Amino acid sequence: MRPFTYERAASAAAAVEAAQAPGARFIAGGTNLLDLMKLDIEAPAHLIDVGRLPMAGIEATDEGGLRIGAMATNTAVASDPLVRARFPMLSEAIVAGGSPQLRNKARVGGNLLQRTRCAYFYDPTKPCNKRQPGSGCGALEGLNRNAAIFGASPSCVATHPSDMAVALTALDARVETLTAGGGARSIPVADLHRAPGDTPHLETALDDGELITAVVVPPAPTGGQAYRKVRDRASYAGGLASVAVAGGRLALGMVALKPWRATAAEAALVDGADPAEAIGRELAGASPLGRNDFKVPLVARLAVATMAEARAAANGGGQG
Amino acid sequence: MRINITANGEARSLDLDPRTTLLDALREHLKLTGSKKGCDHGQCGACTVLANGTRINACLSLAVMHDGDEVTTIEGLGSPETLHPMQQAFLTHDAFQCGYCTPGQICSAVAMLAEFEAGAPSPETPRGAAPTLSDAEIRERMSGNICRCSAYPQIVAAIRDAAEGRA
Repeated sequence: MRPFTYERAASAAAAVEAAQAPGARFIAGGTNLLDLMKLDIEAPAHLIDVGRLPMAGIEATDEGGLRIGAMATNTAVASDPLVRARFPMLSEAIVAGGSPQLRNKARVGGNLLQRTRCAYFYDPTKPCNKRQPGSGCGALEGLNRNAAIFGASPSCVATHPSDMAVALTALDARVETLTAGGGARSIPVADLHRAPGDTPHLETALDDGELITAVVVPPAPTGGQAYRKVRDRASYAGGLASVAVAGGRLALGMVALKPWRATAAEAALVDGADPAEAIGRELAGASPLGRNDFKVPLVARLAVATMAEARAAANGGGQG
Repeated sequence: MRINITANGEARSLDLDPRTTLLDALREHLKLTGSKKGCDHGQCGACTVLANGTRINACLSLAVMHDGDEVTTIEGLGSPETLHPMQQAFLTHDAFQCGYCTPGQICSAVAMLAEFEAGAPSPETPRGAAPTLSDAEIRERMSGNICRCSAYPQIVAAIRDAAEGRA
């Protein structure tokens, strides 16, 4: 790790002010940032610890949704009775990610901002435009089995690894932020991550020093919810693909550099298509690279199964 | 930077490079070498300790982030004279071979049972239900602790015995 200075923020306002310092980064759980600092992929000059800020509450909103503080741990969100009752799919997506030890440390805000697990991003002996802009993409012609099939560019074919973000995208959640100037913004989770384009090192819609303070989930849509993830081992492994269903809304995970809202499939469902037809409409726009061709039929089957599970949950009563 | 932590019930004050991980602070500065460094990237669980009662990977945390915290390591759970029930259960079931992952396994298992008692769900937990301590639940909830010797069947048996008060 490169040398850095460290401070514990006294308030969110103090944190965004301190974040104006060159090379400053927020840290909360630190499970992703510290991993990358040990590999010299991240080298902040100053760390602002926001993990103890009183922004970890989970509250019902007047509309029937939830407001989840950005410093809530993954474990706290997944275990919360209101989350489990209203948004069971969100709880199930969270426990599908990482290990219990990691989920005990990881926070909601940081989970959304975690960086790709693309092997070329982690390997400093290979090119990566995300790690070193202009160096090229090692995955494009390399071992790209877990690369994106949607929204990629010649500069970057990485995927976003979060399970939680996929569920939040299907749930139409928004993030609330505090900007460097002290203002507040509200951004749909679906718009939080940028398409890679030719600047894959620029990852989110957040400005420098902008802090996520909460995630707001609107009331659950009618119809059931379900989340399914496929990976190489049964537990504690990154995903190859995942599907989140909330009523008529679908989001796909680990297939793009952002949680992929399957808008073509949703439109097809509205037009009366059956689930297989609907996901087929979405996958018609997929651009696999060879070694990840399997993701197309995998997502097709996974989406049909997840939609069936959501439908069964809706018919089974309760809010499932 | 100076930090104060309570390690296994004892107040300690340390002057550390901010880059020091909690794991290195425990091992190199407090000489609590029970917690092990395996991968040093949060992938193996050998460094699992309890911070304010919660299990975490000590390798993926900076010591300065724990100023004011209470940290419990394997040395704080039991002693050779008075073993923690989970330690006794691991001995009874021969739940290790080389032993390198064992301190992390035991710290993890103790905290895992507390999480289970609190009703925290896992991927094995049916929707809307309280978890039951099936073998599948134990395995899933211990998936953050890798054992290269593959003592997993004995580890599951040891945790079950400890959970059911037989150790």
